Amino acid sequence: MSFLDRERIVAKPGFNRWMVPPAALCMHLCIGQAYAFSVFNLPMTKLIGITKSAPDDWKLTELGWIFSIAIVFLGLSAALFGRWVEESGPRKAMFTAGLCWTAGFLVSAVGVYTHQLWVIYLGYGVIGGIGLGIGYISPVSTLIRWFPDRPGMATGMAIMGFGGGAFIASPLSVFLMNHYSTPTHIGVAETFITLGAIYLCFTWVGAAIVRVPAPGWHPEGYVAPAVPKKLISTNDVYVYDALKTPQFWLIWWVLCLNVTAGIGVLGQASAMSQEMFPGRVTPAAAAGFVGLISLFNMLGRFFWASTSDLIGRKNTYYCFFLIGMVLYVLVPYTGNMGSVTLFVLCFLVILSMYGGGFATVPAYLKDMFGTRYVGAIHGLLLTAWSAAGVFGPVLVNYIREYQINRGVPKHDAYDETMYIMAGLLVIGLICNACVRAVHERHHMKNGNEAVAAAARG
Amino acid sequence: MNNGTSPAQVALAWVFVGIPLAWGVYKTITASLALFQ
Repeated sequence: MSFLDRERIVAKPGFNRWMVPPAALCMHLCIGQAYAFSVFNLPMTKLIGITKSAPDDWKLTELGWIFSIAIVFLGLSAALFGRWVEESGPRKAMFTAGLCWTAGFLVSAVGVYTHQLWVIYLGYGVIGGIGLGIGYISPVSTLIRWFPDRPGMATGMAIMGFGGGAFIASPLSVFLMNHYSTPTHIGVAETFITLGAIYLCFTWVGAAIVRVPAPGWHPEGYVAPAVPKKLISTNDVYVYDALKTPQFWLIWWVLCLNVTAGIGVLGQASAMSQEMFPGRVTPAAAAGFVGLISLFNMLGRFFWASTSDLIGRKNTYYCFFLIGMVLYVLVPYTGNMGSVTLFVLCFLVILSMYGGGFATVPAYLKDMFGTRYVGAIHGLLLTAWSAAGVFGPVLVNYIREYQINRGVPKHDAYDETMYIMAGLLVIGLICNACVRAVHERHHMKNGNEAVAAAARG
Repeated sequence: MNNGTSPAQVALAWVFVGIPLAWGVYKTITASLALFQ
């Protein structure tokens, strides 16, 4: 039996379940670096010219694809390897994810060294992206099993780490690049190698300390509700059967629309704040604004996911859509009023709900489809993120461009976008309202168990 | 053999992830102060 096997990590009596969230955070804090990849963009446009871009240097538009490819492969690998992650256990999955994530950095370092952009697409985008997908879902179902009394809070803690990873990676990368750079060389490749080594250590520490609960384990004093709640299933649904339920697709749209609205403004926050308040928000202040909304993106993951344990998942998403609609409609008025404070407050709450949407969805899936395949089903659902990663920025950028071409002043160019975002949230609200308990014909029975067992080999 | 987790192990695990996270949050908050100047 291998050190990585699920059987080797079944917790012995006396194991403290509070060891598992730090194990999950080891993984998510590392892969959260993805949100900070943009710190490399500008230095990578000057690898040849050093002080300014030379004709043979890479363009920003070409470099933008690195992150996009990584996010697409995050969704694809989470969907593709979800069942394998579920059946192999979190240690093997975290070990593999750490390996892919580090390999992504090392291959990218070769790409930087040889100045071959396709090697970076392959390294960070494809190999790293696969690490992202496997790493993102690897601790989710384990946490849900360890915290049946507070599944939202538990997954919220891990997914908060994904938001927090950027806070560490961004200043660390800048520090490392300064350290390795000389007047004739920009130290991107060395920074990639160092980050890869650090991330390998961190993810493998997480893999070493993670444990799964023994079958039938419950936290001390925990009593499952005598009367099951209408929207919390005690039955499991097989991973591919979940795809046949309307609930999966409704939640897919709920996540996709919530993320589309948030991701669009997240990418444009800096430019938007400066264009809506010309002369009042400087580039340095705009950078501070981006940092602040990223902080609320992270905190919202823990806050809203924990809140969902108290008020229910469906009600939490109602909050996201209703409050979000009001705030998106309010944003243009903050511009007209010239109130930077109100503008900032609106976006802090909006971005907290963007993060909250990510962090609450695993518990929502667990309520609908049971715990057995929740990690794999979560993996399939993350394709909604990939789709939103394309829709959101495209919507914001193109509508702004269209407005400016029509002669609308820059500070008013975002008004229509905000109303469209509010409209998307109305559709999300309707999808959320349509979510009902999964019909019992989809529940796993003895026959399905056999199919699942056969599939596992 | 006792397989229980000691409180020190739990604390160590949280410190291991907590210190880098706290450092990152501190750096972010420091940078965001420019917004209010």
